[in-house]
Amino acid sequence: MLHFQKWKLILVFGVVLAGFIFSIPNLIPASTLQELPSWVPKKQVNLGLDLQGGAHLLYQIDEKELVEDWLGTIRGDVRETLRTSRIGYTDLTLNVAGRSVSVRIRKPEDMDKAVTELKKLAVPIGNDVFGGFSGYDLEVTRNGSDGVTLAVTEPGLNNRISAAIQASIETIRRRVDAFGTTEPSIQRQGRNRILVQVPGVSDVERLKGLIGETGKLEFKLVDPSANAAEVAASKKVPPGDELVYSSDDPPVPYVLKDQVLVSGENLVDAQPGFDSRTGEPVVTFRFDAAGAKRFGRVTQENVGLPFAIVLDNKVISAPVIREPILGGTGQISGNFSVQEANDLSVLLRSGALPAKLTVIEERTVGASLGADSIESGKKAAIAGLVLVVVFMFLAYGLFGLFANLALIINIAMIFAVLSLMGATLTLPGIAGIVLVIGIAVDANVLINERIREEIRSGKSPFAAVDAGYARALTTIIDSNVTTLIAVLVLFWLGSGPVRGFAVTLTIGILTSMFTAVTVTRMMVAYWLRRARPKFVPI
Amino acid sequence: MFRGITLIPPDTKIDFVGQRAITWLVSAFLTVVPLFLVATIGLNMGIDFQGGTLIEVQTKESPANLSDIRSKISGLGLGEVQIQEFGAPNAVLIRIASQPKEEEQQASIAKVKGALGDTVEYRRTEIVGPTISSELISGGTVAVVVALLGIMIYVWFRFEWQFAVAAVASLVHDVTATIGLYALLQLEFNVSSIAAILTIIGYSLNDKVVIFDRIRENLRKYKRMPLVKLLDLSINEMLSRAVLTHVTTFLAMLPFLFFGGEAIYGFAVAMCFGIVIGAYSSIFVASPMQLILGVRREAFSASTESAKGPAKDPAKGRAGAAAGA
Repeated sequence: MLHFQKWKLILVFGVVLAGFIFSIPNLIPASTLQELPSWVPKKQVNLGLDLQGGAHLLYQIDEKELVEDWLGTIRGDVRETLRTSRIGYTDLTLNVAGRSVSVRIRKPEDMDKAVTELKKLAVPIGNDVFGGFSGYDLEVTRNGSDGVTLAVTEPGLNNRISAAIQASIETIRRRVDAFGTTEPSIQRQGRNRILVQVPGVSDVERLKGLIGETGKLEFKLVDPSANAAEVAASKKVPPGDELVYSSDDPPVPYVLKDQVLVSGENLVDAQPGFDSRTGEPVVTFRFDAAGAKRFGRVTQENVGLPFAIVLDNKVISAPVIREPILGGTGQISGNFSVQEANDLSVLLRSGALPAKLTVIEERTVGASLGADSIESGKKAAIAGLVLVVVFMFLAYGLFGLFANLALIINIAMIFAVLSLMGATLTLPGIAGIVLVIGIAVDANVLINERIREEIRSGKSPFAAVDAGYARALTTIIDSNVTTLIAVLVLFWLGSGPVRGFAVTLTIGILTSMFTAVTVTRMMVAYWLRRARPKFVPI
Repeated sequence: MFRGITLIPPDTKIDFVGQRAITWLVSAFLTVVPLFLVATIGLNMGIDFQGGTLIEVQTKESPANLSDIRSKISGLGLGEVQIQEFGAPNAVLIRIASQPKEEEQQASIAKVKGALGDTVEYRRTEIVGPTISSELISGGTVAVVVALLGIMIYVWFRFEWQFAVAAVASLVHDVTATIGLYALLQLEFNVSSIAAILTIIGYSLNDKVVIFDRIRENLRKYKRMPLVKLLDLSINEMLSRAVLTHVTTFLAMLPFLFFGGEAIYGFAVAMCFGIVIGAYSSIFVASPMQLILGVRREAFSASTESAKGPAKDPAKGRAGAAAGA
């Protein structure tokens, strides 16, 4: 046990050295690190949101709304299909709870044809690993002698949710990127959730406003024949019209024609700017060819009448069309501040979210609290380390020194592994490192106590040390494996800070097996061979 | 040369297990009282498990004018609101009860920010909606149960079923005692409390395995020794190690109580307590339970000459060291 082959010595020495080399960047400020030559390792430990400040936002997509929208589309498709194939129908109804659309066919002889035609609406979905066929998104069934039901299938719904989540992630990414923070992380979580983590953000309310807004832009005509105040009071909306309020406080009612002239999908660009006459902040936008053509035609036909720009069912502004807008560009003014104009342009550029997103969990930490946590974590960890080092020396003398040296190597290795893996250090993570100090020292305590026992049983220094290491090892492995089981559960359960704790603890337990056992054994072996002691000072 | 101080003399012979009539009572007390505390005082459930909103602010003046903040917020119609000092005289924690809908939860933060304006610095905000809080409760419970089961299987595999049962029983003792501490001190019970409990489970078990290991070794060594004596011998042999390890881990954790900051205070309290209770239960719960469960000596004496025996350990040692490197 005490004889080491040369290659092994070199290997261990190399690993220890690598531990120090890769942990050192953490002691150097990032700005200084940047100026060093490229061969110098530069990776530092990522700090968790609780240490550097930032926002953790968990969004959930509104599944009900998604289903409702989808059923609405299906109803439209059914109407269209039956009309084009000249099949008479009645009772076209939408059942949100049953996730289905049902219809009655007037003539029994049309039933077969209707079912055949409606079955064409179902789209095959290939969502297994090989991209193969795994069913249809709709199930079309006969319902009695004259009814047909189109029900959304489970795989179809999952597919839809996945697509909506993907699209939302893209949209959110564009919005957060425009916010100008470093390294935001946006990822899907579970079936219908998106986790957004933005480090170092200070104005969380603005960030949330930007992410959570659906961003559905519509241009609609104002119904000039209706009196908005009267309609708002009586709630009697003329057919073909809708009552929409402005985003002002108090909201101003508008009666709009419910037909959408042009929507946000036809936008190709939106930029913040200033009105050339009044100098107030505005958002200028540009339509694609189709949008420009439609917008041109509508404005031509309605000169002198007001139209409304509606964002997420709120009227932003309702200007009067002074002249036809044929070039496909225009501007939105609505008493914006510069920041509001900027945010609105980001919203329009990034496109609309496919469904409403709701924040179901939010955790934000201010930068100053993060800095305070780093400070207090550091202080507590160093104090803990000093206490342990002093205590170990008092308890074991020279062998305590060996253990202490191994402990410092262990801490360096934890930081090296954390840096190389790109793992995240959180405040509980710092506490995890401290706990590792306890566990690592325990290994040396077990070894040293065993050596004491072996000496008492009358063994020579060499034999006692040898047996001490050999006998203690099974105990160390057993005890560490059991701790690891609990820690792995923690990793699997936890998120954010708690996971950070599990990460440092796992890494630390693994590296401590190397430093507390292998490294100290080499030190002890070297000392035994050099000093040739008559007795072991332990 | 300085050889270190021996805290526990090598020939210490305390009859830990011999005194089991008394220690069983203590252990029962440590298990029943926490349950009583939880039932009567109850746990100070944090927003993780209850849902709700938490805002930590720092006021410009020190100490903070709590009544002023309270009057500004109480008029907002947010239901139950708790306002308390948090760690420093100018740090204030505002807790708002869960609102029925996720959107209202969001609105509550905006309302508080509107009411307090720029007079304070917002250090931390947390909103946990009803969906997440119920998931965290079930997730936390599952985690503790899975951890206990995993440990039971491992210990069963490495030792005998009696050891596995004894380990899990004493861990349950540790967990209830720790939860009792949360109730007694009214520390906030949240996700990091579950982390603390799982860590205590891991640490405490570590300690039990060390003693079990020695019991197993002694069962092989002293085939005729009565079990009570053998258990006491094993505990006494490992006493020096236990004291040293627990003192070092405790010392390492202790500074977090004083300068770790409020965010980790509850965790540090639980960990410090867990180290003590884990040490206690290794000696006074896990070991004497072997008497009740009746360890089969044949299980160990038969394997002395087999591959499981300590003679083979050096070979294992090399494998372990290589894996560590």
